[in-house]
Amino acid sequence: MKGWMGKFKVLSLLSLVALFLSACGMENLTALDPKGYGAEKSLDLIILPTVIMLFVLLIVMVIFTIALVRFRKKKGQEDFVPKQVEGNKTLETVWTVIPIILIIIIAVPTIIYTFKLADETEAKDSLNVTVTGNQYWWHFNYEGQEIQTSQDLYIPVGQKVYLNMKSSDVIHSLWVPTLSGKMDVNPENENTLYIEAYEEGVYWGKCAELCGPSHSLMDFKIVVVSQEEFDQWVADLQNFDPETQPETQTAVDGRALFEENNCIACHAVGSSPVQVGPNLTNFGERSKLAGVEEMTKDKLIEWLLDPESIKPGNNMTGKYPELSEEDAALIADYLLQLKPSEITTEDAGN
Amino acid sequence: MSIATTQNKSFTAALWDYLTTVDHKKIGKLYIYAGGFFFLLGGLEALIIRIQLIQPENNFISAGLYNEMITMHGTTMIFLAAMPLLLGLMNAVMPLQIGARDVAFPFVNSLGFWLFLFGGIMLNVSWLTGAPDAGWTAYSPLSTQSPGHGVDYYVLGLQISGAGTLMGGINFLVTIVNMRAPGMTYMRMPLFTWTTFVVSVLILFAFPALTVGLFLLMFDRMFDAAFFDVTLGGNGIIWQHLFWIFGHPEVYILILPAFGVFSEIFATFSKKRLFGYTAMVFATILIAFLGFMVWAHHMFTVGMGPVANSIFAVATMAIAVPTGIKIFNWLLTLWGGSITINSAMLWSLAFIPSFTIGGMTGVMLATSVADYQYHDSYFVVAHFHYVIVGGVVFGILAGLHYWWPLIFRRVLNEKLGKLAFWTFFIGFHLTFFIQHFLGLMGMPRRYWVFLDEQGLDTGNLISTIGAFFMAFGVIVFLINAFYSWFKEEPSPQDPWGGRTLEWAVKSPTPYYNFKQLPLVRGLDPLWIEKTEGNGKMTPAEPVGDIHMPNGSIIPFIMSLGFFIAGFGFIYHNDTNLAYILLFGGMAIALGSMLARSLKDDLGYHISKEELEREAD
Repeated sequence: MKGWMGKFKVLSLLSLVALFLSACGMENLTALDPKGYGAEKSLDLIILPTVIMLFVLLIVMVIFTIALVRFRKKKGQEDFVPKQVEGNKTLETVWTVIPIILIIIIAVPTIIYTFKLADETEAKDSLNVTVTGNQYWWHFNYEGQEIQTSQDLYIPVGQKVYLNMKSSDVIHSLWVPTLSGKMDVNPENENTLYIEAYEEGVYWGKCAELCGPSHSLMDFKIVVVSQEEFDQWVADLQNFDPETQPETQTAVDGRALFEENNCIACHAVGSSPVQVGPNLTNFGERSKLAGVEEMTKDKLIEWLLDPESIKPGNNMTGKYPELSEEDAALIADYLLQLKPSEITTEDAGN
Repeated sequence: MSIATTQNKSFTAALWDYLTTVDHKKIGKLYIYAGGFFFLLGGLEALIIRIQLIQPENNFISAGLYNEMITMHGTTMIFLAAMPLLLGLMNAVMPLQIGARDVAFPFVNSLGFWLFLFGGIMLNVSWLTGAPDAGWTAYSPLSTQSPGHGVDYYVLGLQISGAGTLMGGINFLVTIVNMRAPGMTYMRMPLFTWTTFVVSVLILFAFPALTVGLFLLMFDRMFDAAFFDVTLGGNGIIWQHLFWIFGHPEVYILILPAFGVFSEIFATFSKKRLFGYTAMVFATILIAFLGFMVWAHHMFTVGMGPVANSIFAVATMAIAVPTGIKIFNWLLTLWGGSITINSAMLWSLAFIPSFTIGGMTGVMLATSVADYQYHDSYFVVAHFHYVIVGGVVFGILAGLHYWWPLIFRRVLNEKLGKLAFWTFFIGFHLTFFIQHFLGLMGMPRRYWVFLDEQGLDTGNLISTIGAFFMAFGVIVFLINAFYSWFKEEPSPQDPWGGRTLEWAVKSPTPYYNFKQLPLVRGLDPLWIEKTEGNGKMTPAEPVGDIHMPNGSIIPFIMSLGFFIAGFGFIYHNDTNLAYILLFGGMAIALGSMLARSLKDDLGYHISKEELEREAD
């Protein structure tokens, strides 16, 4: 019968399709093309057990196939009664001992790297960033640097950067697949995760713990730049004076509206520690609007008029007086010119 | 009451019969009907999820509704579909396998079913006002802060149905310890009975953890307690521990009975005794024992530290050893046999590669360092569907095909059976195999939308197409069930050449099961009589009066009382009128308990004469 043959065809076809797709995961999002220490170690420990397990699967399938082909009931032997075997000590010992050995082979590196990835001995001498997870955005406070940003985290390449993470509301989980595995961001305690990027680039970050309706829209970026560029960026942000007059008149009017509508109560511009809503210091340099949308003036106006239509369940909706389209456009002009640094995502190599 | 009159009853009489029944065979059917209904409901929810994910940034359903959909899909499938369907098979088969006339506590058995059903209905009533939306795992503080009453329904619905399951577990334990036929020693029990026994122990120890967690959640949400509220000194991570101390053994509560089913089917259709029976029994016990030691592998990313992560990683990997023993024992059961392949066997054979893949990814997930990538991504979604669909659902469907003649007195149609199998099997792999890669490509689970141009489009499309294949397979199975009922002839007593005691009872099974309890002479008692005796079980006792329990409507009313009181609890903060429901419902429930306690119900006897009259 074609039964089991069909099954194999389907399985092998699926594997081919899957392999093809695995090569196509998007660069800087996929975990299969790591560009950071954590992701690299994870991939090593994805590959080792996969290979061992595929070997086990192969053995199982070979025995399974031979058994099905050889021992199908044959025509004319309907009354054949097979020997009633109780068991076989040798065989049973073999398939108990071999898996134990295989598991030891997997367990040893697992333990070693579990400890390595949790190692915080170098934290004191490294860049530390306090990360706060919020429904549905991320806040970054560069410890001891007087820099606060949201959504885009700039870090230098080749350095260990320690993220000390806590949530302001529900549990989130910070995941940048290409740089590192994930770590939960709890309201109860501070979790530390370190990231060491090997290559410059803009890496996609995602929230991996269900946190409400807009859980799937809580994206952020890690922008990895060279050490010099990073130092420049730090200096630029530290020197940024939120009181500086914008250059265009529309932006000046926008700023007045920004203050009039009390946006400032939640959104800080500059290094103010206010973080009810995202810090807007370098808003004009953000790679995405609200984490997921194209950073255009039209989208921003749309957001200001009705944030709910873009991020359901966000905490901004209804917290400010209704805006006219003209006012929203002026505020947008103000926000989009907030570009304190020459270093942007463009400098991250892609 | 003879069989002839049973068949000529009016609809209302039949309904009353099922509402009051304490017969394990009828309760088994009720579990299968109700579990089947919830399975279809959960499947519908799954289809809606997959339609939403058919293309990037899709807008088929809203974000809030999507979260309700995933929560209800998971909760329904685990608590209201998979568990009841398995409890249905256990009820229908296990007492017959050990040569018992019923379970130890027929009244409690009925109560367990009605509590489950009312709990399940309560959970689904929430669709009218907003379903729970914090995921089936209901992690706090998302669950404690979730607005509306959705999570309240989750808490009360699971609490009520969980009480029913706990009763079922205790009942099966007592039954297997006390009611085995003469000669049916522990090491002669069929594997399905063994897994029922072990699973009952798991239920007994695991469900209380869930009960405690649900009570804490209930007090936090309804009575202003702060067990999980960090701003008031509570700690929400306690919920995660409580949930997984229940939740991980729950996985084994689901899979072990399926292992039991496969063990029966492989032996029967290979015409061979189960290879390494003793090893199989001890592997089952070992899996169950280790199952309690590994809950924190669901929490590798919570920040427990490297020591805890390493211990739980290694403990989890250890489970692969007894599971591997089982796989190889099944393979060697096939080896050297005379294999018949029919629908029941197809589902069982398909289980081997499917579940082996699920087990492989299980070991991969246990590797904590790699789990930092897998965790809460589509890789995990793929893994647990391979285990739960490829293991549990295949097991349920295999078991249903195998025991359909025993339960419904029909052999299911083979052509339809094969069509259902192949579409479901292909659809299953299409849906879930690709999800391993989606996860590694950066798609987290529980995502309402995935973004355009992130390389996730094709995989999600394939996955959705697969889901429709699975739906088609399920519909064909349903057609098969009705077709066989209306078109096929009643099946013979032992259509498969069975080896175990359930095939030794007359068809249709008399309501007292065995006129005389059988004498068991070894493992596979019926097979022994077929090969060494005259093919019939030797009676272990002379024909005598049989003591039977009376039916009772009290379990139904008691469960209804808790159901009504549940609404009172949910709405007592909104309106004082809810207190009428709360106290009214509790009065009904407690009144039923009082009535049951005060009124002696000693059952009745079927006289020896009547039994002799009915014989043959």
